[in-house]
Amino acid sequence: MAKLLMEGNQALAEAAIHAGCRYFFGYPITPQSEIPEYLSRRLPQVGGVYLQAESEVSAINMVFGAAGTGARVFTASSSPGISLMSEGISYIAACELPCVLVNVQRGGPGLGNIAPSQADYNQATKGIGHGDFHLLVLAPNSVQEMADLTIWAFDLADKYRNPVMVLSDGILGQMMEPVEFSEEIPEPPEKPWAVTGASGRKRNIINSLHIAPEVLEARNLKLQAKYAAAKENECRCENYLTEDAELVVAAFGSCARIAKAAVEEARSQGIKAGLCRPITVWPFPEAAVAEACKNARACIVTEMNEGQMVYDIRLALKDRIPVHSFGKMGGVIPTPNQILDEIKKLEVKPGV
Amino acid sequence: MSKVIASRTAALTETPFHYCPGCAHGIIHRLTAEVIDELGLQEKTVGVASVGCSVFAYDYFNVDMLQAAHGRAPAVATGVKRVLPEATVFTYQGDGDLAAIGTAEIVHAAGRGEKITVIFVNNANYGMTGGQQAPTTLLGQVTKTTPNGRTSEANGYPIRVCELLSTLTGAAYIARTAVFDPAHVTQTKKAIRKAFEVQEKGLGFSLVEVLGNCPTNWHLSPGDSVKWLKENMLPYYPLGEFKVSEEVE
Repeated sequence: MAKLLMEGNQALAEAAIHAGCRYFFGYPITPQSEIPEYLSRRLPQVGGVYLQAESEVSAINMVFGAAGTGARVFTASSSPGISLMSEGISYIAACELPCVLVNVQRGGPGLGNIAPSQADYNQATKGIGHGDFHLLVLAPNSVQEMADLTIWAFDLADKYRNPVMVLSDGILGQMMEPVEFSEEIPEPPEKPWAVTGASGRKRNIINSLHIAPEVLEARNLKLQAKYAAAKENECRCENYLTEDAELVVAAFGSCARIAKAAVEEARSQGIKAGLCRPITVWPFPEAAVAEACKNARACIVTEMNEGQMVYDIRLALKDRIPVHSFGKMGGVIPTPNQILDEIKKLEVKPGV
Repeated sequence: MSKVIASRTAALTETPFHYCPGCAHGIIHRLTAEVIDELGLQEKTVGVASVGCSVFAYDYFNVDMLQAAHGRAPAVATGVKRVLPEATVFTYQGDGDLAAIGTAEIVHAAGRGEKITVIFVNNANYGMTGGQQAPTTLLGQVTKTTPNGRTSEANGYPIRVCELLSTLTGAAYIARTAVFDPAHVTQTKKAIRKAFEVQEKGLGFSLVEVLGNCPTNWHLSPGDSVKWLKENMLPYYPLGEFKVSEEVE
């Protein structure tokens, strides 16, 4: 297939169609509105359904219903809208319904602004709703990955019967790059648990209410076993120039693009810097992070937030080396030079 | 030779209802199930249970079921129906669920003319949580959170759901009924049947509000609760068909 020049949000939306998704329920919010706009035109062309809900609360519950029928379905929003969806996400995870969620993050807290941000990292990876559950969370850093990780997200959702989030941001959503769609899309698995009308089979019930504590505990243990399997099988991380790196910059998503430029500039100045970019931020690629830092004497975690992934990096490295945090908040984007300065601070003060 | 003159409808499971003695839910469940059965819809029906006394509806209706979050059943039903337009999709909701936390979902499902059927049970209080004020609680009615009776100054006025929804173009059939005597039970079944037929004909959104008595939380005997319903609820919540679109006629 030829390369197309597309905006990140549009590439993501087209990738969902490519993955066989025919149902989208959403609500407009900047900077993700290009996704519903694109799909309102595109989905009817392929026999699908686009429906604008009355709120994000309703949108996620429409996703719950559609996912319950076994259909591939997704929704997209931006930070405040994702907060509204958190109730429904908990129900979807509890009922083990596969679906894809997209957060094109913007500055927060509150109404915040519409500038790019990564401030929902903790929400996505640790606290998106009540109860013991996890999303699988994928962090793209290019328009190509907006497409590729979205397609993978649908496969993971079906494989683990779990909601999967693509954790994007306003930069990735709005920027344009060439993108190519792979021809090979795995067939979704059979879904004998779906509610479609009980014709010729025992009826199915999709339910998250389990009054007896022992029953609910068993449900939770089943979920945890599934998360353990995802941790075992699905961790992805890109390590760049880390083999001999003395200073490793860890970053995810669009911030990793900026960090990469800083690392390359540091190398050109003779500093042994490398980049560690977690692609799955849940499950967190702890082994790959440890591998990236095996020769490092310090790590700098750069994020467009107060410093959220930094705690996962510290856990992965078991505080073996100093881990510094360099974060920009409120939609401010760090520059490569600012990150380079952080690298240099550590370079001139060895052993910090 | 003995012969069967009455039996459990196939659209109900064998599970005994958990409802309090005298509660209207059991009758309304049975009527809904009988209609599903008699219209031959059981194998293509997907039901959506809500949160409230009827939270366990998935144990009772012998069809594919989803259990939705509080108030969200119409949105969940929308998701199901948009994927499976040939399926029969219904929600079963109480007044706390539908008329308070789920107001946006029910209004917009009706506004869109979503081809689903809603069975709405109004017993003027939050039953499952122990009898607190609902949006449908009558002025003067004592509940756990209106200990001196609901007042318009402090708590506002009770919401009439049928009257509200019947103003929406997308609503094809809206009716209010009761089940306190055999004649009204028959009327309710007719209304529920009509609501499901509206869906089967693809005519739009249909809702039947059924006034139910709640002896436990009204602190009345089943007999007295019927009397209270007639004397207090009927004047404020008149029975009848509030919206019958031209296509339905």
